[in-house]
Amino acid sequence: MKALGSSIFSRLVIIVPYVWLLLFFLIPFVIVFRISLSTTAIAQPPYEPVFSLADGLSGIIDNIRQLSFDNFVWLTEDALYFNAYLSSIKIAGISTLLTLLIAYPIAYGMAQAPRTWRPTLLMLVILPFWTSFLIRVYAWIAILKPEGLLNQSLLSIGVISEPLIILNTNWAIYIGIVYSYLPFMILPIYSALEKMDHSLIEAAQDLGCPPMTAFWKITFPLSLAGVVAGCMLVFIPAVGEFVIPDLLGGSQTLMIGKTLWNEFNSNRDWPVSAAVATVLLLILVVPIVFFQNMQAKADEKGR
Amino acid sequence: MTRWSRFNIVSVVLGFAFLYLPIVLLVIFSFNESKLVTVWAGFSTKWYVSLFNNQGLMDAAWVTIRVALLSATVATVLGTMAALSLVRYTRFRGRMLFSGMVYAPLVMPEVITGLSLLLLFVAVGFDRGFWTVTLAHITLTMCFVAVVVQSRLLSFDRSIEEAALDLGATPLRTFFEVTLPIIAPAVFSGWVLAFTLSLDDLVIASFTSGPGATTLPMKIYSQVRLGVTPEINAACTLLIALVAIGVVIASIVTKQRELQRQRDEQAAFAGR
Repeated sequence: MKALGSSIFSRLVIIVPYVWLLLFFLIPFVIVFRISLSTTAIAQPPYEPVFSLADGLSGIIDNIRQLSFDNFVWLTEDALYFNAYLSSIKIAGISTLLTLLIAYPIAYGMAQAPRTWRPTLLMLVILPFWTSFLIRVYAWIAILKPEGLLNQSLLSIGVISEPLIILNTNWAIYIGIVYSYLPFMILPIYSALEKMDHSLIEAAQDLGCPPMTAFWKITFPLSLAGVVAGCMLVFIPAVGEFVIPDLLGGSQTLMIGKTLWNEFNSNRDWPVSAAVATVLLLILVVPIVFFQNMQAKADEKGR
Repeated sequence: MTRWSRFNIVSVVLGFAFLYLPIVLLVIFSFNESKLVTVWAGFSTKWYVSLFNNQGLMDAAWVTIRVALLSATVATVLGTMAALSLVRYTRFRGRMLFSGMVYAPLVMPEVITGLSLLLLFVAVGFDRGFWTVTLAHITLTMCFVAVVVQSRLLSFDRSIEEAALDLGATPLRTFFEVTLPIIAPAVFSGWVLAFTLSLDDLVIASFTSGPGATTLPMKIYSQVRLGVTPEINAACTLLIALVAIGVVIASIVTKQRELQRQRDEQAAFAGR
């Protein structure tokens, strides 16, 4: 489209958001990386060297010489960080799997529902997403507490004789992540299943294929794109999750989002927290790029 | 419908019970007479009264609403522009980088976004407060707006736009008189999404906020760490009610616009 492609209007449409994202999304990462190479100082800002154009060229070169990878070396030497990364990935992985196991039957059931009901069901899945994340996590504290609602009801119907200790354990974190991210898993799987041509299943069944086999051979492979998208949408943010481990997890729970927060707010060690963030970003860069390619491909198809 | 089997019904019902039960319980216990949030002691609205007398919470709520209104509005403009560039201009320099920057914030852990924005503000010597939170929220939410608007633009019949351009309308006029009215429902739901995301955010706000600009989630968070109280339940219930009203209004507006459009189309066909 030539007329639209060359006007000032169209240039502006591209340039304004582009520059905004460069300024407030990309450049901040460069700054994070640069601060991860500095050392802590008792000053404002609490790191050195601080670059300033007033120092002149030689001053800047001097400052560059002061930068070092010491913080990254420090991360490898202290087992705390390594364990925190590992345990974040483990917790996020287990939670993603649990979310998938719970979300798939729901999405499948929704896709099979009478056509007139589907918009309502879809709305009901999206609705909790609009209520505050913090509130949804907070709601679980009252449920999972030793004297909380879950234990009260289980005790009263006699399933258990002693309260279960769930709050402040990893189980509480799994529940929190599954609960908070469930809609992100349901929606892509549902949209993949909804588009599926049901006559394929009918054909398979007419040819004598048992329903379970038909599901694994036809339905599941066709919904795979939705499953992968859902897993990405849950796994990537869950690795860096802070609120859920902080409110539901115990003091012994190690998650990198929490470690980063503490390093920054309690220890006030900016360079080390910048290094922690850089490594976390490096860990997540592969799944993030994968997710972006998937999105871009989906756009191409839609065009 | 034979496909809607018992297994399907049970899984959907259980799933929705899981999604809604915690929120319902939270709302119920905000009306509890007792200070405990787990033992029911009779109906009372006293926590709402004490909530409105809590000046700190009220101030935080006011800051949050101002940040959310401003950031959602700017984010909607920027996000719509980003969506237009992604859908309409398939070839421009650095498009790969651009689409990457639009999608990455959607999944980026909030601690990273928050920390990096804070370090930017410190590096340029920008005082932290109302404006830094607003800037941070614009950056995050514009990407969500972009994705919402983009999906509408993809299913958009471009021949109408081309017709307007062929008839001599400038691109600017074409956008405001043809494109925008058609994508308006998506732009509006993008705004609502941006508004609620901003209202909700704790992590990024904590990093980028300064003295005097404590937002409601920050306030709630600091109180939750001290213990669960019915007063917080009451605050949460009000927030849920606010969002629910917004969503209901949004869906009514969308539906009416859709009906109006259908009527217009039918009228246009009948007129020929």
